[in-house]
Amino acid sequence: MNSPSPESSALDEYKSGPDIFRILCWVAAAATVATLAWIVYEIVKQASPAISEFGFGFITGKVWSANRDIFGVLPFLIGTVVSSVIAIVIALPLGLSVAIFLSEDFLPLPVRQVVRFVVELLAAIPSVVYGLWGIAVVIPLVQEYGAILAKNLGPSIPLFKGPAFGNSMLTASLVLALMILPTITAISRTALVAVPKTLREGAYALGATRWEAILGVIMPTAAPGIVAATILALGRAMGETMAIAMLIGNSSRLTWSLLSPSGTLAGLLANEFGEASGLQIASLMYAALLLVVLTLGVNIIGEAVLRRAQKNVAGAL
Amino acid sequence: MDQTIATHSPDFFSDHAISSKAAGRSLGNRVLTTICVGLAFLTLIPLFSIVFLVLKNGLPLLKWSVFTGLPPAAGTVGGGFGNAVIGTFVMVGIALAIATPLGILSAIFINEYAPFSRLSKTVRFVAKLLTGIPSIIAGVFAFAVVVLATGKFSAIAGGVALAVLILPTILLTSEQALLGVQRAYREASFGLGATPFQTIWRIVLPEAMPAMMTGIMLAVARAAGETAPVLFTALFSQYWAQSVWEPTASLAVLIYNFSTLPYDYQIQLAWTASLVLVCLVTVSNVVAQMVFQKK
Repeated sequence: MNSPSPESSALDEYKSGPDIFRILCWVAAAATVATLAWIVYEIVKQASPAISEFGFGFITGKVWSANRDIFGVLPFLIGTVVSSVIAIVIALPLGLSVAIFLSEDFLPLPVRQVVRFVVELLAAIPSVVYGLWGIAVVIPLVQEYGAILAKNLGPSIPLFKGPAFGNSMLTASLVLALMILPTITAISRTALVAVPKTLREGAYALGATRWEAILGVIMPTAAPGIVAATILALGRAMGETMAIAMLIGNSSRLTWSLLSPSGTLAGLLANEFGEASGLQIASLMYAALLLVVLTLGVNIIGEAVLRRAQKNVAGAL
Repeated sequence: MDQTIATHSPDFFSDHAISSKAAGRSLGNRVLTTICVGLAFLTLIPLFSIVFLVLKNGLPLLKWSVFTGLPPAAGTVGGGFGNAVIGTFVMVGIALAIATPLGILSAIFINEYAPFSRLSKTVRFVAKLLTGIPSIIAGVFAFAVVVLATGKFSAIAGGVALAVLILPTILLTSEQALLGVQRAYREASFGLGATPFQTIWRIVLPEAMPAMMTGIMLAVARAAGETAPVLFTALFSQYWAQSVWEPTASLAVLIYNFSTLPYDYQIQLAWTASLVLVCLVTVSNVVAQMVFQKK
């Protein structure tokens, strides 16, 4: 057998040689992939009694009653989407402001570093602590000002129809906005910083003021990254559980009013899983499946937009 | 209408037109800057409010006795959350024991052995997707595979849920850590006749270790603060845990359970537990950053 030189055989082995450690690593990698498949499989398997019992009607059903074994998830589905969208509407202008603030030199670098550190800290605070803070601070605030809103706007605008509750959609959305702020800020800031310096210099050379450059050149260039940030934050908001479960009131009643208790899919799971049995478990698994589909879909779109955004910026250089 | 035409006519260059327009633009610039800085600082207010309240409401009860006592029954005063502190550490430990080897070995495979293989691409994609899965889904999964299978809530079930949650964090940060090791090191190692295993074990891993520790510390911070995955897998317990196969208390679930009780002492205890939890999470994060910066 004409064996190759020792050096190249080692290199060949690096690529394809038999190696127990390599097999071990392969098994770990395969197990990681299998985990996601296992999660989906397990949830579908456990949900199958509810899927065969309710079918598509589960999604359009408006009644969730464990006592009568009737399970419809529409109020929670709507609650999930509405709370996330309101949170985005509140958090996007704030998060973008912070991102612009961090990427421009309005204030000296140490000040910006402190702000950045603080926003990162915001991301590290556990969800339950947000919930506890929401109970102590946001619920009284919403109760007080919600009553005023309900009194003045309630009769004409159904969104603010009274009576005003502390545990409400508005409370949950406000706290949710705070929780997704770091996500929006971090990704948007990366997108803004990645805009080539030459574009800004070009705008300045044409006589643009700082904000004309930001709004006319830098933001449009970073737009795909900012869109990706928004979508990924939306995905996070939809899956957020504890703070919502503590603040939203967990009601399955469909209502237009933001000042009324409402519910989300994640909140429903958190509330009922511990004491569920029989068909209720299967129905909760079905709800979990919907949540997985929803968040995975949003995240896949977000990642795709982000990847395209990064490619675009790389191309502009 | 006249004015818009004027901006495009030679008149535009008259001194008066320039100064008034420039003044307007400069004013607009300042207004926007003020709004932007104002909004940025506005977002800091809630954070200060959270930190202030956690300290104000949490400090009064922060004594050694809360770390040695058991959670008080509804309506009674006294006791602490010693079993919850231990439960949190035990479950984070179980999660690390499962996710660390899996994550690091996967990272080694996708970065050292077969970076461009189809499996590696799938692993990266799956890890990204796993990051985006809501934490409560990890709980639902552990509920299905451990709680329903064994018929009881346990620390093991909580640990499995947390492991699913931190696996992508550990995997992705480990991959970054391995990417940070210079190619020349590997080439030198092979040049000296080392096998792939020797190269990875003796050269690449030691070099990547500090950055990997960062990932693990971040995972600890994340796992310690999570409530949803352990809520209905480990449940809660009023007593000291005798084994990992029984319902186990955790700080996060204690905060959740006590926050809605109508008793002052329980709510105060929830704030104190929050203070301990926030400190734990912040310390893990800061340690993670420091380890990384040293590298």
